[in-house]
Amino acid sequence: MGLYSETRFLHMGDRGLLLEFGDEISSEVNEKVRRMALAIQTEAIEGIIETVPTYRSLLIFYNPLILPIEELRKRLKHIEEGLRQTRFPDPKLTKIPVFYGGSFGPDLEEVAKYHRISPKEVIRLHCSKPYFIYMIGFMPGFPYMGELPDALVTPRLKTPRLSVPAGSVAIAQRQTGIYSMESPGGWQILGRTPVKLFNPEKDPPTLLQMGDLVQFYPIKKKEFESWKE
Amino acid sequence: MLEPGILTTIQDRGRYGFSQFGVPPSGALDTFSFRVANLLVGNQEGEVCLETTIMGLKLKALREVVVAITGGDLSPTLNGESLEMWRTHLLIEGDVIKFKKVRAGCRAYLAVSGGFVVPKIMGSGSTYLSGKFGGLEGRALKRGDILYTFDIQSPLSKLSLLFPSDWIPPLEKEVLLRVIPGPQNHHFTEKGFQTFCSSSYQVTPRCDRMGIRLEGPKIERRSDVEESIISESLISGAIQVPGDGKPIIILTELVTGGYTKIATVISTDLSKVAQLKPGDRIRFEPISIERAHLVLKKQEDIVQSFKDIIQRS
Repeated sequence: MGLYSETRFLHMGDRGLLLEFGDEISSEVNEKVRRMALAIQTEAIEGIIETVPTYRSLLIFYNPLILPIEELRKRLKHIEEGLRQTRFPDPKLTKIPVFYGGSFGPDLEEVAKYHRISPKEVIRLHCSKPYFIYMIGFMPGFPYMGELPDALVTPRLKTPRLSVPAGSVAIAQRQTGIYSMESPGGWQILGRTPVKLFNPEKDPPTLLQMGDLVQFYPIKKKEFESWKE
Repeated sequence: MLEPGILTTIQDRGRYGFSQFGVPPSGALDTFSFRVANLLVGNQEGEVCLETTIMGLKLKALREVVVAITGGDLSPTLNGESLEMWRTHLLIEGDVIKFKKVRAGCRAYLAVSGGFVVPKIMGSGSTYLSGKFGGLEGRALKRGDILYTFDIQSPLSKLSLLFPSDWIPPLEKEVLLRVIPGPQNHHFTEKGFQTFCSSSYQVTPRCDRMGIRLEGPKIERRSDVEESIISESLISGAIQVPGDGKPIIILTELVTGGYTKIATVISTDLSKVAQLKPGDRIRFEPISIERAHLVLKKQEDIVQSFKDIIQRS
């Protein structure tokens, strides 16, 4: 199906309106999300507290006492009708160094076995193309990226880990991501990056932004240990 | 800080505008009690307060300060004597406040005139526990912490300020939470949705500032739709139903998730959710969005009326 012919307006409680643009992870649907988010931000509508873009939907968090729901719907419909197909600025490409395998990439061997290829081939495939950042979520600065080469598509762990270290570079299904903070997690961990993805004191607080690109490249343990930003 | 109790954190109204970077709002869970506590001591309603859970917090005043305690009844005492909630008190140097045990509810709010001094991160002083930032060094308070306050703003003539008792929300062990169905209510069978609306659910010990897991009848989902959805935004009050069919009420420390959400608790009733503790029981009642907005308006009118009382006093 991809992009819906008509955007769905779904209530998420009495202060959230969820605009759902499609039913798949695709650049077409994601682009509509970003375009709409940008247009709403530009309008700076009083009563909208924040907008949260994700893979295929956009949450509008609003104050109904300032902005009645009918008024909000009307304004959003109007913005959607006026969306122009202008091009976004070229995406920024960020190169992310990764030390693959060992204790930093506890699932590298298993992923290789699962696909009947060598760990080296897994690394080569993971670094074989730039990935598109569909959204930032789950935790501060965690980029959801895709799509992995077909030969790397791997299910999540059956039992999630109670603790995944910050910087862990991982895959799940067609997605790849980086744990920006230590947390529980069920993705397959291939390696770790010394690069810091989140800094609450910075503006914006995240190194990577939705709509940009990431290219991974392998580094040696020594380079990891002596990494300076 | 003589004893931090089970969990005490620094919270204000929360951090908004950063969910797009994966940063959840955090902030006081019982927003009604939190706002009233601030108004009582002459602060702006969103000032930095303490949120304390269940029991055990013990504080000593190191200087003269005006305080108010609202929210759950955790048996607060002043130098061993029971301390009245929902009103202002003047503490002098050496006074000790203690929260002895939970009598009703779960979380109490302690506001001081002028507010606590903490750095603002992304515009907010709220503690984000799993993110380890905000509040005091991104953590729960511990023994030996010293909290500083800004100078007293409210004139001492307001010391006898009282929040009208008939406006204080009741604390019950069995609460009715009003919900707006969706966004994924269509992922459940009609029978499943009926189960959700007609059953009583119990709060399990697995509850914190991220969410509350409930135990009760399993909610049946449609067999022709997938269990998980493409990850999307969460909002405080969203009710997730994972594969085991047992609902989880999402609170304020999560941003996105890939579980289906059968309904969302209306914002007015989130203050009731904040006062739930293990063993308490819940029922859900679906209402229309229009009614939810009327209910919200009514609550805002109460806050506004109280502001008017303060203005006149």
